[in-house]
Amino acid sequence: MRLAKVVGLAIASPKAGELEGARFAVVQPLGASLQDRGRPLVAVDTVGAGEGQTVFTVSAGPARAARGMADRPVDLAVIGIVDETLMEDR
Amino acid sequence: MIIGRVIGRAVSTRKDEKLLGTKLLLVEEVDPRGAGSGDMAVVADHLGAGPGDVVLVAQGSAARFTAQTKEQPVDALVVGIVDMIRFDGRSTFTSADGFGSNGKGPQP
Repeated sequence: MRLAKVVGLAIASPKAGELEGARFAVVQPLGASLQDRGRPLVAVDTVGAGEGQTVFTVSAGPARAARGMADRPVDLAVIGIVDETLMEDR
Repeated sequence: MIIGRVIGRAVSTRKDEKLLGTKLLLVEEVDPRGAGSGDMAVVADHLGAGPGDVVLVAQGSAARFTAQTKEQPVDALVVGIVDMIRFDGRSTFTSADGFGSNGKGPQP
């Protein structure tokens, strides 16, 4: 799982029938200093995260274990909203 | 999923028979402002996406979890044709206006 920030959303009306009702969040993965790390990605949001919130995501096959995502063509899902990060000084 | 722009298609006559009738698009990964990454993939499409369309691409085993692809040897699939992207507090893409000419998206 990865930490990410919700930075936007995408709307796609024509979509695979298996994704009917899915909400697509644009998420920016975060690195070890909570900085932007890598390219923004699109995740199915299963927890109702809002823009600006820090979240964690699950990718690849395990994304289909997220709530409501069984047997759906999903490779990235937002599965938690992070209230707070506690990190050691470095 | 990644965001991609359809930049072409691959025509293949001799291919795995499970792929007969499946359109294969050439898709460049782009960021939410439309900047190309330089990376390109061959992506199966059952939604009817065409050149210039911006699409959501599911990668890996996820590509096989639709009625049309469950038996197919595919690892990238168009799962949505994008109408709108909102990024960093503003609209950066609409299907009507594209990403805008400056690569920073339409004005708010």
